[in-house]
Amino acid sequence: MERIPILQMGQFLLVTIQVDMHDQLALTLQEDLAERINATSARGVLIDISALDIVDSFIGRMIGTISGLSRVMDAETVVVGLQPAVAITLVELGLTLPGVSTALNVERGMKLLRERVTT
Amino acid sequence: MHANTRFPRCRKDQATPVATAWQLELSVGSIGGHRNLKADEVTRETHSFLRHLTEALTSGADGNVGGKDWEATRQFLEQLSRSRALAGQDSQQTASFIFSFKGTLFDLLREEFKEEAAVLADQVLQASELLDALGLHTIRTYQATREAVIRRQQEELLELSTPVVKLWDGVLALPMIGTLDSQRTQVVMESLLQRIVDTGSEIAIIDITGVPTVDTLVAQHLLKTVTAIRLMGADCIISGVRPQIAQTIVHLGLDLQGVVTKANLADALALAMRQLGVTVTKAQ
Repeated sequence: MERIPILQMGQFLLVTIQVDMHDQLALTLQEDLAERINATSARGVLIDISALDIVDSFIGRMIGTISGLSRVMDAETVVVGLQPAVAITLVELGLTLPGVSTALNVERGMKLLRERVTT
Repeated sequence: MHANTRFPRCRKDQATPVATAWQLELSVGSIGGHRNLKADEVTRETHSFLRHLTEALTSGADGNVGGKDWEATRQFLEQLSRSRALAGQDSQQTASFIFSFKGTLFDLLREEFKEEAAVLADQVLQASELLDALGLHTIRTYQATREAVIRRQQEELLELSTPVVKLWDGVLALPMIGTLDSQRTQVVMESLLQRIVDTGSEIAIIDITGVPTVDTLVAQHLLKTVTAIRLMGADCIISGVRPQIAQTIVHLGLDLQGVVTKANLADALALAMRQLGVTVTKAQ
């Protein structure tokens, strides 16, 4: 079955979504990530969606859920690399992703995660 | 149209006095609309219109203004109305150029056919119809030109209204001017988000000094833009909140949901630089 790889980098987990997300893939990612956070006791999760051209309401909600579940497991989530068109679509859909941290690119995202975790 | 052959005859030899009488009519009769135009230009225009008219009639043109014989006249009138439209003359002033010729022409016809009342009536009717058709053609061209001008201005306005400027390394500013409607918000949002990606900026300042009024709809558009910027991973500051606008926002009970607002652009830039960890000091 198709899976999105989750990479470990020190105390952070790195998820780069390179393929078009369908709903089953999103659900699988959600479960895998929960497992991995638990297994590695990671302090932060970085999700890179710069390759995604289309984000629908389901994926938007999934991002919110991942952020929520990792917070419960004491890990910060940062979403990086939203395309302008994706950001506009999400706003028009009314999905403002409250409580989800965002950054412009992976570098900024890692910096933000480090700041969050050390304080 | 046998009588048409008589028009040119009575005008060819009298071209100059006719033109002079017409110019008098233009300057006196018409609503003072020609004050923006140079006198010698009007003289030239009346002369060339008479020449075109005479040529068309001598070549045996009938009353159908859309025909081939009238092509030169039509082109002349199109050019005339185009230049009037660009000079800011209104449609009435442009049309009065043609219609004011009626008085002169009718005087001429009355002189020519004073013995034959029936022919005179017929001639006046024909001449009137001809001039009406030419006048309507002029107005049609005038309107087309005006519409082209308006269209071009609209396009220019849309382009002009969304400049994204870089204030500092990592700080972008968007001075908004004019009313914020959905279409403009869309354009503004797209160009600002694209610039954020291109420059990797961390802070965007939206300056609303030039926005005349803020109502619930405008506030909603602003919030959408701010949210989109936040989703991109950048921070947003709204600056240029004038006292009246602040009052309106409070009176309407608008909730700006924790958006950072500043009274002017300088304060916003100072805050942005503080967030970036940049300090500016006076040179010793």
